[in-house]
Amino acid sequence: MSTEAPAIGFHDLTLGYDRHPAVHHVSGAVGRGELLALVGPNGAGKSTLLKGIMGEVKPLGGVIDLHGLSRRDIAYLPQQIDIDRSFPISVFDSVGLGLWREIGIFGGFDAQRKRAMAGALAGLGLLDLAHRAIGSLSGGQLQRVLFARLMLQDARLILLDEPFRAIDTQTVADLMTLIARWHGEGRTIIAALHDIEQVRAHFAKTLILAREVVAWGETRKVLSPANLAKARALLEAFDTHAEICARGEERERQPA
Amino acid sequence: MTLALTQPFIEFAFMRRALVGCLALSLGAPPIGVFLMLRRMSLMGDAMSHAILPGAAIGFLIAGLSLPAMSLGGFVAGFAVALAAGLVARSTVLREDASLAAFYLVSLALGVLIVSVKGSNIDLLHVLFGTVLALDDAALILVAAIATVSLVLLAIIYRPLVVECFDPQFLRSVSRASSPTHLLFLVLVVLNLVAGFQTLGTLLAVGIMLLPAITARFWAEDVSSMIVVAVAAAFAASLAGLLLSYHTSVPTGPAIILLSGAVYLLSILVGTKGGLVWQLIPRKHLEA
Repeated sequence: MSTEAPAIGFHDLTLGYDRHPAVHHVSGAVGRGELLALVGPNGAGKSTLLKGIMGEVKPLGGVIDLHGLSRRDIAYLPQQIDIDRSFPISVFDSVGLGLWREIGIFGGFDAQRKRAMAGALAGLGLLDLAHRAIGSLSGGQLQRVLFARLMLQDARLILLDEPFRAIDTQTVADLMTLIARWHGEGRTIIAALHDIEQVRAHFAKTLILAREVVAWGETRKVLSPANLAKARALLEAFDTHAEICARGEERERQPA
Repeated sequence: MTLALTQPFIEFAFMRRALVGCLALSLGAPPIGVFLMLRRMSLMGDAMSHAILPGAAIGFLIAGLSLPAMSLGGFVAGFAVALAAGLVARSTVLREDASLAAFYLVSLALGVLIVSVKGSNIDLLHVLFGTVLALDDAALILVAAIATVSLVLLAIIYRPLVVECFDPQFLRSVSRASSPTHLLFLVLVVLNLVAGFQTLGTLLAVGIMLLPAITARFWAEDVSSMIVVAVAAAFAASLAGLLLSYHTSVPTGPAIILLSGAVYLLSILVGTKGGLVWQLIPRKHLEA
Protein backbone atom coordinates (compact mmCIF):
# COMPACT_ATOMS: atom_id res chain seq x y z
CA MET A 1 0.00 0.00 0.00
CA SER A 2 1.06 3.55 -0.56
CA THR A 3 2.38 5.37 2.43
CA GLU A 4 1.07 8.68 1.07
CA ALA A 5 -2.36 10.08 1.82
CA PRO A 6 -5.03 8.00 0.10
CA ALA A 7 -6.97 9.31 -2.91
CA ILE A 8 -9.70 6.70 -2.71
CA GLY A 9 -10.71 4.36 0.08
CA PHE A 10 -12.95 1.31 -0.30
CA HIS A 11 -14.62 0.11 2.89
CA ASP A 12 -16.23 -3.32 2.56
CA LEU A 13 -17.55 -2.17 -0.83
CA THR A 14 -20.09 -4.24 -2.74
CA LEU A 15 -21.29 -3.06 -6.14
CA GLY A 16 -23.65 -4.87 -8.42
CA TYR A 17 -26.73 -5.08 -10.55
CA ASP A 18 -30.11 -6.48 -9.50
CA ARG A 19 -28.70 -7.51 -6.09
CA HIS A 20 -26.05 -9.70 -7.80
CA PRO A 21 -22.66 -8.43 -6.67
CA ALA A 22 -20.13 -7.66 -9.42
CA VAL A 23 -17.64 -6.33 -6.90
CA HIS A 24 -17.86 -8.11 -3.56
CA HIS A 25 -16.66 -6.87 -0.14
CA VAL A 26 -13.65 -4.91 -1.38
CA SER A 27 -11.63 -2.94 1.14
CA GLY A 28 -8.43 -1.03 0.60
CA ALA A 29 -7.03 2.31 -0.46
CA VAL A 30 -5.47 3.84 -3.56
CA GLY A 31 -2.68 6.24 -2.64
CA ARG A 32 -2.55 9.77 -4.02
CA GLY A 33 -0.42 9.92 -7.16
CA GLU A 34 -0.49 6.14 -7.53
CA LEU A 35 -0.42 4.40 -10.93
CA LEU A 36 -2.60 1.35 -10.37
CA ALA A 37 -3.36 -1.43 -12.83
CA LEU A 38 -6.68 -3.21 -12.40
CA VAL A 39 -6.38 -6.79 -13.65
CA GLY A 40 -8.74 -9.74 -13.77
CA PRO A 41 -10.68 -12.01 -16.12
CA ASN A 42 -13.71 -10.78 -18.07
CA GLY A 43 -16.59 -10.29 -15.67
CA ALA A 44 -14.27 -9.70 -12.73
CA GLY A 45 -15.91 -6.36 -11.91
CA LYS A 46 -13.15 -4.05 -13.18
CA SER A 47 -15.51 -1.82 -15.14
CA THR A 48 -18.06 -1.90 -12.33
CA LEU A 49 -15.46 -0.75 -9.82
CA LEU A 50 -14.54 2.21 -12.06
CA LYS A 51 -18.21 3.04 -12.59
CA GLY A 52 -18.66 2.86 -8.83
CA ILE A 53 -15.91 5.44 -8.34
CA MET A 54 -17.65 7.65 -10.95
CA GLY A 55 -20.95 7.24 -9.11
CA GLU A 56 -22.64 5.59 -12.09
CA VAL A 57 -23.24 2.41 -10.07
CA LYS A 58 -24.46 2.85 -6.50
CA PRO A 59 -23.02 0.58 -3.78
CA LEU A 60 -25.15 -2.36 -2.63
CA GLY A 61 -23.13 -2.16 0.54
CA GLY A 62 -20.07 -0.46 1.97
CA VAL A 63 -18.60 2.92 1.12
CA ILE A 64 -16.33 4.57 -1.44
CA ASP A 65 -14.46 7.45 0.17
CA LEU A 66 -13.10 9.92 -2.40
CA HIS A 67 -11.39 12.01 0.29
CA GLY A 68 -12.85 15.29 -0.88
CA LEU A 69 -12.50 14.68 -4.62
CA SER A 70 -15.70 15.54 -6.43
CA ARG A 71 -16.90 14.05 -9.69
CA ARG A 72 -15.53 17.11 -11.45
CA ASP A 73 -12.01 16.16 -10.39
CA ILE A 74 -12.29 12.77 -12.10
CA ALA A 75 -11.67 12.12 -15.78
CA TYR A 76 -13.14 8.84 -16.99
CA LEU A 77 -12.60 6.93 -20.21
CA PRO A 78 -15.26 4.20 -20.31
CA GLN A 79 -14.79 0.90 -22.08
CA GLN A 80 -18.08 1.07 -23.94
CA ILE A 81 -17.93 4.56 -25.33
CA ASP A 82 -21.36 5.94 -26.04
CA ILE A 83 -20.17 8.32 -28.76
CA ASP A 84 -22.32 8.96 -31.83
CA ARG A 85 -19.61 8.81 -34.48
CA SER A 86 -21.97 10.00 -37.19
CA PHE A 87 -22.48 13.27 -35.30
CA PRO A 88 -21.21 16.25 -37.31
CA ILE A 89 -18.45 17.55 -35.03
CA SER A 90 -14.77 18.17 -35.76
CA VAL A 91 -11.78 16.69 -33.97
CA PHE A 92 -10.87 20.20 -32.75
CA ASP A 93 -14.29 20.80 -31.18
CA SER A 94 -14.52 17.39 -29.56
CA VAL A 95 -11.07 17.74 -28.00
CA GLY A 96 -12.09 21.20 -26.76
CA LEU A 97 -14.86 19.62 -24.69
CA GLY A 98 -12.07 18.55 -22.33
CA LEU A 99 -12.01 22.16 -21.14
CA TRP A 100 -15.65 21.88 -19.96
CA ARG A 101 -14.70 22.41 -16.32
CA GLU A 102 -13.30 25.84 -17.28
CA ILE A 103 -15.69 26.92 -20.02
CA GLY A 104 -18.97 25.38 -18.87
CA ILE A 105 -22.02 26.17 -20.93
CA PHE A 106 -21.20 29.73 -21.99
CA GLY A 107 -17.42 30.17 -21.78
CA GLY A 108 -15.52 30.94 -24.96
CA PHE A 109 -12.24 29.60 -26.30
CA ASP A 110 -9.78 32.45 -25.74
CA ALA A 111 -6.21 32.47 -27.05
CA GLN A 112 -4.84 30.68 -24.00
CA ARG A 113 -7.40 27.88 -24.23
CA LYS A 114 -6.82 27.53 -27.96
CA ARG A 115 -3.12 27.14 -27.22
CA ALA A 116 -3.91 24.44 -24.68
CA MET A 117 -6.06 22.67 -27.28
CA ALA A 118 -3.36 22.93 -29.92
CA GLY A 119 -0.88 21.54 -27.37
CA ALA A 120 -3.11 18.56 -26.64
CA LEU A 121 -3.66 17.91 -30.34
CA ALA A 122 0.06 18.15 -31.06
CA GLY A 123 0.90 15.92 -28.09
CA LEU A 124 -1.18 13.14 -29.61
CA GLY A 125 -0.17 13.72 -33.24
CA LEU A 126 -3.60 15.00 -34.21
CA LEU A 127 -2.76 18.46 -35.57
CA ASP A 128 -3.27 17.41 -39.19
CA LEU A 129 -6.64 15.91 -38.34
CA ALA A 130 -7.96 18.90 -36.35
CA HIS A 131 -10.63 19.86 -38.87
CA ARG A 132 -11.68 16.36 -39.87
CA ALA A 133 -15.09 15.08 -38.79
CA ILE A 134 -15.08 12.54 -35.96
CA GLY A 135 -16.83 10.05 -38.22
CA SER A 136 -13.86 9.91 -40.60
CA LEU A 137 -11.36 8.73 -37.97
CA SER A 138 -10.01 5.23 -37.46
CA GLY A 139 -10.41 3.48 -34.12
CA GLY A 140 -6.87 4.35 -33.04
CA GLN A 141 -7.25 7.98 -34.09
CA LEU A 142 -10.50 8.26 -32.12
CA GLN A 143 -8.72 6.87 -29.06
CA ARG A 144 -6.05 9.57 -29.49
CA VAL A 145 -8.84 12.17 -29.63
CA LEU A 146 -10.31 10.83 -26.39
CA PHE A 147 -6.88 10.96 -24.73
CA ALA A 148 -6.38 14.54 -25.92
CA ARG A 149 -9.71 15.41 -24.32
CA LEU A 150 -8.68 13.63 -21.10
CA MET A 151 -5.44 15.62 -21.15
CA LEU A 152 -7.35 18.92 -21.27
CA GLN A 153 -9.62 17.81 -18.44
CA ASP A 154 -6.57 18.24 -16.21
CA ALA A 155 -8.11 15.89 -13.60
CA ARG A 156 -6.50 14.78 -10.36
CA LEU A 157 -7.93 11.30 -10.71
CA ILE A 158 -7.99 9.52 -14.08
CA LEU A 159 -9.90 6.29 -14.67
CA LEU A 160 -9.14 4.33 -17.85
CA ASP A 161 -11.23 1.29 -18.70
CA GLU A 162 -9.41 -0.96 -21.20
CA PRO A 163 -7.88 2.04 -22.99
CA PHE A 164 -5.80 -0.07 -25.40
CA ARG A 165 -8.37 -2.42 -26.89
CA ALA A 166 -7.89 -2.91 -30.63
CA ILE A 167 -5.15 -0.28 -30.75
CA ASP A 168 -1.88 -0.76 -32.66
CA THR A 169 1.46 -0.97 -30.82
CA GLN A 170 2.67 2.49 -31.88
CA THR A 171 -0.49 4.14 -30.54
CA VAL A 172 -0.30 2.09 -27.33
CA ALA A 173 3.31 3.22 -26.86
CA ASP A 174 2.35 6.88 -27.39
CA LEU A 175 -0.61 6.67 -25.03
CA MET A 176 1.49 4.82 -22.42
CA THR A 177 4.05 7.65 -22.56
CA LEU A 178 1.25 10.12 -21.89
CA ILE A 179 0.01 8.05 -18.93
CA ALA A 180 3.56 8.00 -17.53
CA ARG A 181 3.67 11.79 -17.88
CA TRP A 182 0.37 12.17 -16.01
CA HIS A 183 1.81 9.92 -13.30
CA GLY A 184 4.87 12.20 -13.14
CA GLU A 185 2.57 15.18 -12.67
CA GLY A 186 1.25 13.58 -9.49
CA ARG A 187 -2.15 12.51 -10.81
CA THR A 188 -3.76 9.35 -9.50
CA ILE A 189 -4.43 6.88 -12.33
CA ILE A 190 -6.37 3.62 -12.28
CA ALA A 191 -6.37 1.61 -15.52
CA ALA A 192 -8.25 -1.62 -16.16
CA LEU A 193 -6.02 -3.72 -18.43
CA HIS A 194 -5.73 -7.27 -19.68
CA ASP A 195 -2.19 -7.28 -21.10
CA ILE A 196 -0.19 -8.70 -18.19
CA GLU A 197 3.21 -7.94 -19.77
CA GLN A 198 2.23 -4.30 -20.22
CA VAL A 199 1.20 -4.10 -16.57
CA ARG A 200 4.53 -5.61 -15.49
CA ALA A 201 6.43 -3.11 -17.62
CA HIS A 202 4.65 0.11 -16.70
CA PHE A 203 2.59 -0.17 -13.52
CA ALA A 204 4.11 -0.21 -10.05
CA LYS A 205 0.93 -1.29 -8.29
CA THR A 206 -1.62 -3.90 -9.31
CA LEU A 207 -5.00 -4.97 -8.01
CA ILE A 208 -6.18 -8.38 -9.18
CA LEU A 209 -9.94 -8.48 -9.00
CA ALA A 210 -12.26 -11.45 -9.42
CA ARG A 211 -15.35 -9.91 -7.86
CA GLU A 212 -13.27 -10.00 -4.69
CA VAL A 213 -9.75 -8.78 -4.15
CA VAL A 214 -7.42 -11.64 -5.11
CA ALA A 215 -4.23 -9.69 -4.50
CA TRP A 216 -3.32 -6.02 -4.19
CA GLY A 217 0.10 -4.44 -3.93
CA GLU A 218 3.49 -4.31 -5.68
CA THR A 219 3.03 -5.53 -9.24
CA ARG A 220 5.99 -7.94 -9.20
CA LYS A 221 4.69 -9.67 -6.06
CA VAL A 222 1.01 -9.62 -7.01
CA LEU A 223 1.20 -10.86 -10.60
CA SER A 224 2.09 -14.44 -9.76
CA PRO A 225 0.73 -17.40 -11.74
CA ALA A 226 -0.91 -18.63 -8.56
CA ASN A 227 -2.84 -15.39 -8.07
CA LEU A 228 -3.96 -15.25 -11.72
CA ALA A 229 -5.16 -18.87 -11.57
CA LYS A 230 -6.99 -18.11 -8.33
CA ALA A 231 -8.75 -15.18 -10.02
CA ARG A 232 -9.98 -17.42 -12.84
CA ALA A 233 -11.17 -20.10 -10.41
CA LEU A 234 -13.06 -17.60 -8.25
CA LEU A 235 -14.97 -16.23 -11.20
CA GLU A 236 -16.19 -19.63 -12.36
CA ALA A 237 -18.22 -19.90 -9.17
CA PHE A 238 -20.91 -17.45 -10.35
CA ASP A 239 -24.43 -18.64 -9.61
CA THR A 240 -27.59 -16.97 -10.95
CA HIS A 241 -29.63 -18.48 -8.12
CA ALA A 242 -27.24 -17.34 -5.42
CA GLU A 243 -28.27 -17.22 -1.78
CA ILE A 244 -28.33 -13.96 0.13
CA CYS A 245 -24.79 -13.06 1.17
CA ALA A 246 -24.30 -13.81 4.86
CA ARG A 247 -20.96 -12.16 5.38
CA GLY A 248 -21.24 -9.87 8.37
CA GLU A 249 -20.39 -6.24 8.68
CA GLU A 250 -17.67 -7.04 11.19
CA ARG A 251 -15.59 -8.83 8.56
CA GLU A 252 -12.62 -6.65 7.67
CA ARG A 253 -10.62 -7.76 4.69
CA GLN A 254 -6.89 -7.11 4.72
CA PRO A 255 -5.52 -6.51 1.20
CA ALA A 256 -2.68 -8.77 0.21
CA MET B 1 -44.42 37.05 -63.01
CA THR B 2 -43.29 39.29 -60.16
CA LEU B 3 -46.88 40.31 -59.76
CA ALA B 4 -47.95 36.71 -59.29
CA LEU B 5 -45.39 36.47 -56.48
CA THR B 6 -46.21 39.69 -54.64
CA GLN B 7 -49.78 40.58 -55.54
CA PRO B 8 -51.49 38.09 -53.16
CA PHE B 9 -49.59 39.52 -50.20
CA ILE B 10 -50.18 43.14 -51.25
CA GLU B 11 -53.84 42.62 -51.84
CA PHE B 12 -54.94 40.38 -48.98
CA ALA B 13 -54.29 40.84 -45.28
CA PHE B 14 -54.96 37.17 -44.56
CA MET B 15 -52.14 36.23 -46.93
CA ARG B 16 -49.76 38.61 -45.14
CA ARG B 17 -50.79 37.14 -41.79
CA ALA B 18 -50.33 33.63 -43.10
CA LEU B 19 -46.89 34.57 -44.41
CA VAL B 20 -45.79 36.10 -41.10
CA GLY B 21 -47.11 33.09 -39.19
CA CYS B 22 -45.35 30.61 -41.45
CA LEU B 23 -42.07 32.50 -41.40
CA ALA B 24 -42.13 32.72 -37.59
CA LEU B 25 -42.82 29.01 -37.46
CA SER B 26 -40.01 28.38 -39.95
CA LEU B 27 -37.61 30.27 -37.70
CA GLY B 28 -38.38 28.34 -34.52
CA ALA B 29 -39.21 24.79 -35.53
CA PRO B 30 -36.51 23.64 -38.00
CA PRO B 31 -33.57 24.12 -35.56
CA ILE B 32 -35.42 21.87 -33.10
CA GLY B 33 -35.90 19.40 -35.95
CA VAL B 34 -32.14 19.39 -36.61
CA PHE B 35 -31.52 18.23 -33.05
CA LEU B 36 -34.36 15.68 -33.18
CA MET B 37 -32.73 14.24 -36.30
CA LEU B 38 -29.22 14.23 -34.80
CA ARG B 39 -30.53 12.50 -31.67
CA ARG B 40 -32.31 9.92 -33.85
CA MET B 41 -35.59 11.06 -32.41
CA SER B 42 -37.19 12.10 -35.71
CA LEU B 43 -40.20 9.86 -35.22
CA MET B 44 -40.57 11.09 -31.67
CA GLY B 45 -41.60 14.48 -33.06
CA ASP B 46 -44.38 12.76 -34.96
CA ALA B 47 -45.57 10.89 -31.89
CA MET B 48 -45.50 14.05 -29.81
CA SER B 49 -47.61 15.90 -32.34
CA HIS B 50 -50.39 13.34 -31.82
CA ALA B 51 -50.01 13.56 -28.06
CA ILE B 52 -51.00 17.23 -28.13
CA LEU B 53 -54.52 16.52 -29.39
CA PRO B 54 -56.41 15.70 -26.15
CA GLY B 55 -55.04 18.80 -24.42
CA ALA B 56 -56.16 20.99 -27.28
CA ALA B 57 -59.53 19.21 -27.23
CA ILE B 58 -60.01 19.72 -23.51
CA GLY B 59 -59.11 23.39 -23.97
CA PHE B 60 -61.74 23.50 -26.71
CA LEU B 61 -64.31 21.85 -24.42
CA ILE B 62 -63.75 24.36 -21.66
CA ALA B 63 -63.40 27.56 -23.65
CA GLY B 64 -64.68 26.82 -27.15
CA LEU B 65 -62.52 27.65 -30.16
CA SER B 66 -60.22 29.70 -27.93
CA LEU B 67 -56.59 29.91 -28.90
CA PRO B 68 -54.98 30.37 -25.45
CA ALA B 69 -57.00 27.55 -23.90
CA MET B 70 -56.29 25.12 -26.72
CA SER B 71 -52.59 26.04 -26.84
CA LEU B 72 -52.14 25.70 -23.11
CA GLY B 73 -54.01 22.40 -23.14
CA GLY B 74 -51.90 21.15 -26.03
CA PHE B 75 -48.70 22.13 -24.29
CA VAL B 76 -49.66 20.48 -21.02
CA ALA B 77 -50.77 17.26 -22.74
CA GLY B 78 -47.67 17.08 -24.94
CA PHE B 79 -45.27 17.75 -22.09
CA ALA B 80 -47.07 15.30 -19.78
CA VAL B 81 -46.77 12.53 -22.37
CA ALA B 82 -43.06 13.27 -22.98
CA LEU B 83 -42.35 13.36 -19.27
CA ALA B 84 -44.34 10.22 -18.47
CA ALA B 85 -42.63 8.35 -21.30
CA GLY B 86 -39.22 9.45 -20.02
CA LEU B 87 -40.02 8.45 -16.44
CA VAL B 88 -41.32 5.01 -17.42
CA ALA B 89 -38.26 4.44 -19.62
CA ARG B 90 -35.90 5.31 -16.77
CA SER B 91 -37.65 3.25 -14.09
CA THR B 92 -38.78 0.12 -15.97
CA VAL B 93 -37.46 -2.27 -18.63
CA LEU B 94 -39.23 -0.36 -21.43
CA ARG B 95 -37.16 1.69 -23.85
CA GLU B 96 -38.18 5.31 -24.39
CA ASP B 97 -39.62 4.68 -27.87
CA ALA B 98 -41.93 1.91 -26.63
CA SER B 99 -43.20 3.85 -23.62
CA LEU B 100 -43.68 6.97 -25.75
CA ALA B 101 -45.65 4.98 -28.33
CA ALA B 102 -47.91 3.64 -25.57
CA PHE B 103 -48.58 7.06 -24.08
CA TYR B 104 -49.12 8.94 -27.31
CA LEU B 105 -51.55 6.33 -28.66
CA VAL B 106 -53.63 6.61 -25.48
CA SER B 107 -53.41 10.38 -25.75
CA LEU B 108 -54.41 10.42 -29.41
CA ALA B 109 -57.43 8.14 -28.84
CA LEU B 110 -58.51 10.31 -25.94
CA GLY B 111 -58.21 13.43 -28.10
CA VAL B 112 -60.25 12.02 -30.98
CA LEU B 113 -62.87 10.78 -28.51
CA ILE B 114 -63.25 14.18 -26.84
CA VAL B 115 -63.45 16.07 -30.11
CA SER B 116 -65.96 13.67 -31.67
CA VAL B 117 -68.25 13.55 -28.64
CA LYS B 118 -68.29 17.26 -27.98
CA GLY B 119 -67.33 19.04 -31.15
CA SER B 120 -68.39 19.01 -34.78
CA ASN B 121 -66.38 17.51 -37.63
CA ILE B 122 -65.43 21.02 -38.71
CA ASP B 123 -63.72 21.60 -35.35
CA LEU B 124 -61.84 18.32 -35.66
CA LEU B 125 -60.62 19.34 -39.10
CA HIS B 126 -59.44 22.66 -37.69
CA VAL B 127 -57.36 20.94 -35.04
CA LEU B 128 -56.01 18.27 -37.36
CA PHE B 129 -55.22 20.48 -40.33
CA GLY B 130 -54.86 23.99 -38.91
CA THR B 131 -56.19 27.28 -40.16
CA VAL B 132 -53.23 29.01 -41.73
CA LEU B 133 -55.39 31.40 -43.77
CA ALA B 134 -57.38 32.50 -40.73
CA LEU B 135 -54.68 33.52 -38.26
CA ASP B 136 -55.84 36.31 -35.93
CA ASP B 137 -53.63 38.66 -33.93
CA ALA B 138 -53.54 36.40 -30.90
CA ALA B 139 -52.41 33.45 -33.02
CA LEU B 140 -49.69 35.49 -34.69
CA ILE B 141 -48.41 36.79 -31.37
CA LEU B 142 -48.39 33.26 -29.96
CA VAL B 143 -46.47 31.82 -32.90
CA ALA B 144 -43.98 34.71 -32.89
CA ALA B 145 -43.52 34.52 -29.12
CA ILE B 146 -42.86 30.78 -29.30
CA ALA B 147 -40.32 31.30 -32.11
CA THR B 148 -38.54 33.93 -29.99
CA VAL B 149 -38.50 31.88 -26.80
CA SER B 150 -37.44 28.85 -28.79
CA LEU B 151 -34.41 30.54 -30.37
CA VAL B 152 -33.27 32.14 -27.10
CA LEU B 153 -33.65 28.93 -25.12
CA LEU B 154 -31.89 26.97 -27.84
CA ALA B 155 -28.97 29.40 -27.73
CA ILE B 156 -28.74 28.89 -23.97
CA ILE B 157 -28.75 25.08 -24.06
CA TYR B 158 -26.87 24.78 -27.37
CA ARG B 159 -23.55 23.50 -26.06
CA PRO B 160 -24.87 20.92 -23.57
CA LEU B 161 -27.42 19.81 -26.17
CA VAL B 162 -24.69 19.20 -28.75
CA VAL B 163 -22.64 17.23 -26.22
CA GLU B 164 -25.76 15.34 -25.06
CA CYS B 165 -26.24 14.19 -28.66
CA PHE B 166 -22.57 13.48 -29.37
CA ASP B 167 -21.34 11.92 -26.13
CA PRO B 168 -23.98 11.82 -23.35
CA GLN B 169 -21.72 9.81 -21.05
CA PHE B 170 -19.11 12.54 -21.17
CA LEU B 171 -21.67 15.25 -20.41
CA ARG B 172 -22.88 13.31 -17.37
CA SER B 173 -19.29 12.93 -16.17
CA VAL B 174 -18.44 16.65 -16.32
CA SER B 175 -21.70 18.40 -15.59
CA ARG B 176 -25.16 18.13 -14.11
CA ALA B 177 -26.66 19.82 -17.16
CA SER B 178 -27.69 16.56 -18.84
CA SER B 179 -31.21 16.09 -17.43
CA PRO B 180 -32.21 19.80 -17.42
CA THR B 181 -31.00 20.05 -21.02
CA HIS B 182 -33.07 17.06 -22.07
CA LEU B 183 -36.15 18.46 -20.30
CA LEU B 184 -35.79 21.93 -21.82
CA PHE B 185 -35.35 20.35 -25.22
CA LEU B 186 -38.61 18.42 -24.77
CA VAL B 187 -40.30 21.69 -23.77
CA LEU B 188 -39.03 23.25 -27.00
CA VAL B 189 -40.32 20.33 -29.08
CA VAL B 190 -43.78 20.59 -27.56
CA LEU B 191 -43.85 24.41 -27.76
CA ASN B 192 -43.03 24.39 -31.45
CA LEU B 193 -45.59 21.70 -32.16
CA VAL B 194 -48.19 23.83 -30.39
CA ALA B 195 -47.15 26.79 -32.54
CA GLY B 196 -47.37 24.51 -35.56
CA PHE B 197 -50.84 23.22 -34.87
CA GLN B 198 -52.31 26.75 -35.04
CA THR B 199 -51.11 27.07 -38.58
CA LEU B 200 -50.61 23.61 -40.04
CA GLY B 201 -52.63 21.41 -37.69
CA THR B 202 -51.41 18.67 -35.34
CA LEU B 203 -50.84 16.22 -38.18
CA LEU B 204 -48.63 18.42 -40.33
CA ALA B 205 -46.98 20.62 -37.66
CA VAL B 206 -44.17 18.15 -37.35
CA GLY B 207 -43.53 18.42 -41.10
CA ILE B 208 -42.20 21.97 -40.99
CA MET B 209 -40.01 20.91 -38.06
CA LEU B 210 -38.46 17.81 -39.58
CA LEU B 211 -38.48 17.95 -43.38
CA PRO B 212 -36.24 21.05 -43.66
CA ALA B 213 -33.97 19.64 -40.94
CA ILE B 214 -33.56 16.31 -42.69
CA THR B 215 -33.00 18.17 -45.96
CA ALA B 216 -30.19 20.18 -44.34
CA ARG B 217 -28.19 16.99 -43.72
CA PHE B 218 -27.54 16.87 -47.49
CA TRP B 219 -26.15 20.41 -47.64
CA ALA B 220 -24.20 21.09 -44.45
CA GLU B 221 -21.51 19.37 -42.40
CA ASP B 222 -21.77 21.00 -39.00
CA VAL B 223 -24.69 21.67 -36.69
CA SER B 224 -24.83 25.46 -37.01
CA SER B 225 -24.80 25.42 -40.83
CA MET B 226 -27.45 22.69 -40.77
CA ILE B 227 -29.68 24.98 -38.72
CA VAL B 228 -29.18 27.84 -41.21
CA VAL B 229 -29.95 25.59 -44.20
CA ALA B 230 -33.01 24.12 -42.44
CA VAL B 231 -34.45 27.56 -41.67
CA ALA B 232 -33.80 28.72 -45.24
CA ALA B 233 -35.50 25.63 -46.67
CA ALA B 234 -38.49 26.14 -44.38
CA PHE B 235 -38.73 29.84 -45.43
CA ALA B 236 -38.68 28.88 -49.09
CA ALA B 237 -41.26 26.12 -48.69
CA SER B 238 -43.57 28.39 -46.68
CA LEU B 239 -43.50 31.18 -49.24
CA ALA B 240 -43.84 28.86 -52.21
CA GLY B 241 -46.58 26.85 -50.47
CA LEU B 242 -48.65 29.95 -49.78
CA LEU B 243 -48.34 31.11 -53.39
CA LEU B 244 -49.13 27.67 -54.77
CA SER B 245 -52.16 27.45 -52.54
CA TYR B 246 -53.33 30.95 -53.57
CA HIS B 247 -52.99 30.42 -57.32
CA THR B 248 -54.27 26.85 -57.55
CA SER B 249 -56.73 26.83 -54.64
CA VAL B 250 -55.18 23.77 -52.96
CA PRO B 251 -55.13 23.68 -49.12
CA THR B 252 -52.20 25.68 -47.75
CA GLY B 253 -50.82 23.43 -44.99
CA PRO B 254 -50.40 20.35 -47.18
CA ALA B 255 -48.99 22.56 -49.97
CA ILE B 256 -46.24 23.87 -47.68
CA ILE B 257 -45.32 20.42 -46.40
CA LEU B 258 -45.45 18.87 -49.88
CA LEU B 259 -43.08 21.53 -51.18
CA SER B 260 -40.74 20.84 -48.22
CA GLY B 261 -40.95 17.22 -49.29
CA ALA B 262 -40.08 18.17 -52.86
CA VAL B 263 -36.99 20.05 -51.64
CA TYR B 264 -36.06 16.98 -49.61
CA LEU B 265 -36.39 14.65 -52.61
CA LEU B 266 -34.31 17.01 -54.72
CA SER B 267 -31.66 17.14 -51.99
CA ILE B 268 -31.40 13.35 -51.84
CA LEU B 269 -30.40 13.52 -55.49
CA VAL B 270 -28.20 16.59 -55.78
CA GLY B 271 -27.26 17.49 -52.17
CA THR B 272 -23.56 18.35 -51.98
CA LYS B 273 -23.02 16.17 -48.88
CA GLY B 274 -23.77 12.65 -50.04
CA GLY B 275 -26.38 13.30 -52.73
CA LEU B 276 -27.00 10.27 -54.95
CA VAL B 277 -26.00 11.97 -58.22
CA TRP B 278 -22.46 12.56 -56.96
CA GLN B 279 -22.12 8.88 -56.14
CA LEU B 280 -23.00 7.96 -59.71
CA ILE B 281 -20.42 10.22 -61.35
CA PRO B 282 -17.15 8.27 -61.52
CA ARG B 283 -14.37 10.36 -60.01
CA LYS B 284 -10.75 9.32 -59.53
CA HIS B 285 -9.60 8.81 -55.97
CA LEU B 286 -7.22 11.24 -54.32
CA GLU B 287 -3.55 10.98 -53.46
CA ALA B 288 -4.20 10.90 -49.69
